[in-house]
Amino acid sequence: MSQYILRRLMIAIPSLLGISLVLFVVLALAPGDPFSELATNPNVPPEVQAALRAKFGLDDPIYLRYLHWLAAMVHGDWGFSFVSRVDVDTLILQRLPTTLYVVGSSQLLALLIAIPVGVYAATRPYSLFDQLANTFAFIGFSLPTFFTGILFILVFSVKLDWLPFVYTSVPGSGIPWLLEMIRQAIMPVMVLGLFQAASMTRFVRSAMLDVIRLDYVTTARAKGLGQAKVIVKHVMRNAMIPVVTLIALQMPAVFGGAIVTEQIFRIPGIGSLLISSILANDTPVVMAVTFVFACLVVLFNLIADVLYGWLDPRISFR
Amino acid sequence: MFDNNLRGMIDDVKDGRMDRRAFVKRMIAVGLTAPMANQILAIGGVAMAQSPNPYKPTKRGGGGPLKLLWWQGPTLLNPHFATGTKDQDGSRIFYEPLASWDVDGHLNPILAAEIPSIQNGGLSADAKQVIWKLKPGVKWHDGKPMTADDLVFNWEYASDPATAAVSIETYSGLTVEKIDDLTIRITFKKQTPFWANAFVGAYGCIIPKHLFADYKGGKSREAPNNLKPVGTGPYKFVEFKPGDLIRGEINTDYHMANRPYFDTIEMKGGGDAVSAARAVIQTGEYDFAWNIQVEDEVLQRLEKGGKGKALFAVGGDIEFIAINFTDPNTEVDGERSSIKTKHPILSDPKVRQALALLVDRDSVKKAIYGRAGRTTANYLNGPEEFVSKNTKWEFSVEKASALLEQAGWKLGSDGIREKDGKKLKLLYQTSINGPRQKTQAIVKQACQKAGIDVELKSVVASVFFSSDVANPDTYAHFYADLEMFQIPMTQPDPALHMRRYHSRNISTKENKWQGPNFPRWANKEFDAAVDAADTETDPIKRADLYIKGNDLMWQDNVMIPVMHRLAVEASSNTLRPALSGWANQTDNLQDWYRET
Repeated sequence: MSQYILRRLMIAIPSLLGISLVLFVVLALAPGDPFSELATNPNVPPEVQAALRAKFGLDDPIYLRYLHWLAAMVHGDWGFSFVSRVDVDTLILQRLPTTLYVVGSSQLLALLIAIPVGVYAATRPYSLFDQLANTFAFIGFSLPTFFTGILFILVFSVKLDWLPFVYTSVPGSGIPWLLEMIRQAIMPVMVLGLFQAASMTRFVRSAMLDVIRLDYVTTARAKGLGQAKVIVKHVMRNAMIPVVTLIALQMPAVFGGAIVTEQIFRIPGIGSLLISSILANDTPVVMAVTFVFACLVVLFNLIADVLYGWLDPRISFR
Repeated sequence: MFDNNLRGMIDDVKDGRMDRRAFVKRMIAVGLTAPMANQILAIGGVAMAQSPNPYKPTKRGGGGPLKLLWWQGPTLLNPHFATGTKDQDGSRIFYEPLASWDVDGHLNPILAAEIPSIQNGGLSADAKQVIWKLKPGVKWHDGKPMTADDLVFNWEYASDPATAAVSIETYSGLTVEKIDDLTIRITFKKQTPFWANAFVGAYGCIIPKHLFADYKGGKSREAPNNLKPVGTGPYKFVEFKPGDLIRGEINTDYHMANRPYFDTIEMKGGGDAVSAARAVIQTGEYDFAWNIQVEDEVLQRLEKGGKGKALFAVGGDIEFIAINFTDPNTEVDGERSSIKTKHPILSDPKVRQALALLVDRDSVKKAIYGRAGRTTANYLNGPEEFVSKNTKWEFSVEKASALLEQAGWKLGSDGIREKDGKKLKLLYQTSINGPRQKTQAIVKQACQKAGIDVELKSVVASVFFSSDVANPDTYAHFYADLEMFQIPMTQPDPALHMRRYHSRNISTKENKWQGPNFPRWANKEFDAAVDAADTETDPIKRADLYIKGNDLMWQDNVMIPVMHRLAVEASSNTLRPALSGWANQTDNLQDWYRET
């Protein structure tokens, strides 16, 4: 087992190197300049823009810049943002809690909806409840979050005036602070959570249906076990194996944030950091965020594989 | 009436026989304007009026929170590194200059005890020296006193090329010395009629010497206070998250009486302009939103029965179509649009004139800019005294066709004009931006009617405005026949705005396309006027020189002005912000209050 994990980690190194190289080259080849805002400002002589480019090493050849970046990364130096001149790790750590809170709660919400609904729908296939659940699931994952987000804003903020649509970090502490934090997170969590829940419901339902028809379930029923016991103990446990894998693979997204939803609700998370850095051509930040994301994907893939073997002893590590 | 009469009147004001207002009114009556009249008074030896922003609160604080929404959040808080106005706006909450620009383009003293004038000995008649007196008793947020040493340090800091400050231009070409603890002398290398640049406005914000002295030059990035400002401003620093949030609290030691009004301040970043307008005008979640570049139609819809309104501030920002005087399709020594070439079509003044006739400014205003734009024939649109009255514009497809006909461009069978077998085809580029693409469509349509085939091109803004030497799509390379964008006027003086088009500033491969004269226009008369204005101390003669420059640009059709754009802000109905088209939005933040 430990040998297997070690081997997988060793394999991860060249693939991460490859990912970083591709990312860096693509970013370096992309046109644009972090200092373009200075260009039309008559107060700023063009030499300043040129001096800044030279100072930040933007005029060096690509391979040299990549080697510099790699060497620094190995030493734990993530570089600093060209735009805010803040160290990249500080920036990311500043944004991480919000993303974990918002995207994490939405994943939790998705699970809380998807598992009961999916399980119940599978036990009564083609019943009215199943039909309704299916219809809503289709609507849910057909509507993109930028649409539902704006719809929610129009209904709950503009028309009803119940919820704020600008997410901001609230100062203070105690119960009122907590309530405010929950209040402003309701809309984004709903938008993301319902979208996730829709596709996950379909997944849970079909996983359940696969298992529910198997002979051992009939055997369990024949033994005279109650419906609840059969479903929870015998069917769900086996049906959850692929669902657990799916959730494990969703985990990097929890860290990566939700670009569109974060932009709509002004959530200061990793996703909005990524998109504003891309727009500003802030290479070090884009590089760091995407690279961390790549590492997380590789890591959680490994965790999923390990979990799979643990859940299903028939799979062996070789 | 001038000269004798005028001098008599200035003396009347000086001795108190006539009040300033009456003087300004009379000046307006003879065709001059308020800022102009005030500048005459300043040079004539009458001190400028003090803070003109109305301010009602009678005690400090008690106003609750002030919530600002900047859809591009400030990313750094050192005014000398401010890449964009968003960063200047953010730093301005904490840092202050000696004086700021008010709504009419007048100086409003902030840290200065008074505005220098000839009468108070602050200005020298030869326009080579300025003496600023500091307000006594001003303290940094950490309790240390602010002195002339801080000002001298700011000059040293910003003018050191190793610091790589964006304010370097503001602080070069001059020296700053300390006379005593509260007085400094600025000495210019050349005669500088526009003396109010260093220590004034956005680039004039002063950072404390005791916290930045160790971080001058190459180490400038490492200063911990780049992210934790300690200034003299109305609000003290609490929290900063780049691109997301700035939080401040009232400075109870603030140096102006009864100010500031609000107890806390929050500047939230992110999102887009439309939803920012919505959060202020429609739901009232925020008090003020910056730079609402939204179609006027949308704003008017939001304003109906809403909790806020749009505000418009008049400055000098100009959206224009520039004409390439060189040939973008011929390569000479590895560069297209080389000054060694001449544009095969556009070097003919008649064609340029025809193009100017084909820009339907009224339609552009009606369909796109609405209240946020004014039609104009001028490149230079403010302050009032510099605006030419000699120019005019019109939209006429017939006249344009007639001119093209005269120039030898005959209609071909496909409806496109041709001359010597060559089609009249032009490439018209701009940055990707809703209103710009709509304007392109309006212009293209009119051109088609006149028999010009216009090919449209849109470039991503971050590329179009980049200084990337290797990228041919930047505005400075100008590898197209026409291009459109906006040049902001960041101070109420046209010197920088007009100097761009001096022939020594032509953008070429040799200067890595850093020359700001991107149309590659060279006109000796214009050069002479701008050079003369640089050292002319008589404000009337100086204004005349710039008007002449503007008129030359108009005659030659170097730029076809599309719209004189106003700054658009969204504000809650109860908030009373002090705004100016000549300053950044937060430049008079100390005067903001709420009407209850």
